[in-house]
Amino acid sequence: MSFAVPSDLEKEIDDRITHYPVSKRSAVLPVLHALQHHFGFIEEDAVEWAAAKLELEPIQVLEVVTFYPGFRQSAPGKCHIRVCRTLSCAMAGSYELMDSICEKAGIDRSGVTHHNPIAVSDDGKFSIEFAECLASCGTGPVCLMGDDFHEAVTDVDGLLSQYK
Amino acid sequence: MSEEKSDLIDVQINGEWHSFPKGTRMIEACREAGVEVPHYCYHPKLTSPGNCRMCLVEMGMPPRPRPGEDPPEPDEDGHLPISWIPRPAIACANTIAPNMGINTESAMTEECRKGVMELLLANHPLDCPICDQAGECSLQEFSVEHGKGESRFREQKVKKPKNVEVGPRIRLDDERCIMCSRCVRFTDEIADDPVLGFTDRGSHTVLTVYPGRELANNYSLNTVDICPVGALTSNDFRFQMRVWFMKETKTIDVNCATGANVTVYSREDKIYRITPRQNNDVNSDWMPDSHRLNFHWIESDARLTDPLVKKGDTHKQATWQEAVATSADALASLEGSEIAVIASARMTNEELLMTNRLVKHLGAGHVDTVTRTGEADGYLISADRNPNTNGVKLVLGLDDPGSQIDAIKEGIEQGRIKAIIALQENLVEDADFSADLLGKLDFLLTSYPLANPTADVAHVVLPSAGWAEKSGTMINVTGRLQRLNQVIDGPGQTLESWEIIRDLIQATGGGNGIYAVNDIFKQLTQEVSEFEGLTWGQIGDLGIPLIETGETIPLLEREAERKAKGLIVG
Repeated sequence: MSFAVPSDLEKEIDDRITHYPVSKRSAVLPVLHALQHHFGFIEEDAVEWAAAKLELEPIQVLEVVTFYPGFRQSAPGKCHIRVCRTLSCAMAGSYELMDSICEKAGIDRSGVTHHNPIAVSDDGKFSIEFAECLASCGTGPVCLMGDDFHEAVTDVDGLLSQYK
Repeated sequence: MSEEKSDLIDVQINGEWHSFPKGTRMIEACREAGVEVPHYCYHPKLTSPGNCRMCLVEMGMPPRPRPGEDPPEPDEDGHLPISWIPRPAIACANTIAPNMGINTESAMTEECRKGVMELLLANHPLDCPICDQAGECSLQEFSVEHGKGESRFREQKVKKPKNVEVGPRIRLDDERCIMCSRCVRFTDEIADDPVLGFTDRGSHTVLTVYPGRELANNYSLNTVDICPVGALTSNDFRFQMRVWFMKETKTIDVNCATGANVTVYSREDKIYRITPRQNNDVNSDWMPDSHRLNFHWIESDARLTDPLVKKGDTHKQATWQEAVATSADALASLEGSEIAVIASARMTNEELLMTNRLVKHLGAGHVDTVTRTGEADGYLISADRNPNTNGVKLVLGLDDPGSQIDAIKEGIEQGRIKAIIALQENLVEDADFSADLLGKLDFLLTSYPLANPTADVAHVVLPSAGWAEKSGTMINVTGRLQRLNQVIDGPGQTLESWEIIRDLIQATGGGNGIYAVNDIFKQLTQEVSEFEGLTWGQIGDLGIPLIETGETIPLLEREAERKAKGLIVG
């Protein structure tokens, strides 16, 4: 499937670029966010599209994409899960939560490395990664299901069933 | 303070006062004062991001009086006392200010350097014994001078890609890279081919060539020169020779009329490497890969090592005396008008002066050189691929080099020209003479470093020195007189062209009295008005402007613009 940016997305991106009148290069983050929000991840074609849009070299955009763990270079699942592993949540059982979600959603995390932090379930419904503090230290363990925030997660089956 | 506005600013460096022009970078001020400031990322021809932190120094300014306090009194030289700032400053990207103090020997500066070195070395592989950069590695040198000597790092070193082919001529070892970004800036700012960048920034930062592209531009090997460590290495040079065994000879490139200044590295009459040598009037700090790598032919199997004389259908090895005498005999039976001399714009001014003598002595009716042109690349490569066309015009006195070649061909065809002396040119391959046409000649003499189709049909073949095997002077495209210096001895019985021509003149009854190439230079200063009053030593390593040609070198023009904008030191 070839990479194509729909016209309304392009219009939105063009609008965001106008917020940075001094240097188009400054708009690289908002442009990448818009692309990831729409496509779910930033593939090589998207890097090149963004570079052309911002009159940059592709390597200059790739530098930014690879710097932020928030930008994904491969497709996540339909619902992307972020489990907090910072101290309070870790003590409240975030590693057990991670294992439990993986088991119940059918995700194999054995291939996860520093450069490849995301694991996707075989059916493509869920993907998961650890995140740093999600700012709810009193109610750990916490996680993000897509953009939805869940505190003191204990019922993993119930949680997953909402997103099937 | 004097009313007169002075552009010079007084700065105290390690306790001594110096004056520098306004706008001078701190690091350059130190350099001019003879104080070395160690650095990795700073390069005067590139922008200064200040990311390596190696050039941190202690800096001070005159104290600001508190409210109600009297301002400090200047001493008898007009200098104010210095109040040292308790935080270091990078010397590369900051410019000097009036009455600034710089201390590169203080405990704070030493502590900064130690700290930076320790962090740079924490993940650096200890593979100096197999690293090509060893011996000319800034990391190694500054580690000795400013490092701690041992590492406190007990953890696993970060693993990164090794032996990465980033381009056809370059390999990258990411573990050796210290992220100075010189190569990234060079490819972006000078070579206009920004394919390099840092990805996965953080503890795993890697220098990366953009997927699907490669560092293949004709200036790529300059990144190997400016890499302060052994991260980028040249495929051509890697593992060939340790740098401390090699002799460095300053000379010039002869692949085009720009005449880039180079350093040639050799050992025991073998050339291993050529690198550009800084000359801000010719090639800045750079040179094209195509020129840099064009030296392997020097040890080609096709090198001519002995004079050859054709007997019957085959060439027989001869002594110089035999070969020269055979030539003299053949030429003696001919009228001057029947002889053509084809010389080369690859010859030095000295060789061209001798050629001029030979032409006059024989009364040769025709003389010309072979032109060699290509496309100018808009950087350093000139459209004229001969290194000394201006020398041909000045010394050999040809107004329009190459214009007589067709007339000479016609002369041979019509039998008016019966002999050709082809010096340093391969007529068949480089000037479109057919072997059949040359076969009509009564006598063909050629001197050339390599066996070639012209030599195949020549009656006498004389082995001559290549550019690295001789000395002399050349005039580049901008009219600059530069010195070509001998790097190695030629193989076998090869002689330099001026010696060959001298022997020919002598054997045909002309004078001699020339024993060294410097003697010819002295005669140049007497016979060619532009050379009047010059001495060999005056030309120096960087050459001197000799004539006005109106030509410019595009890369230098762009660097001058960037310098004027204050982007680079220049």
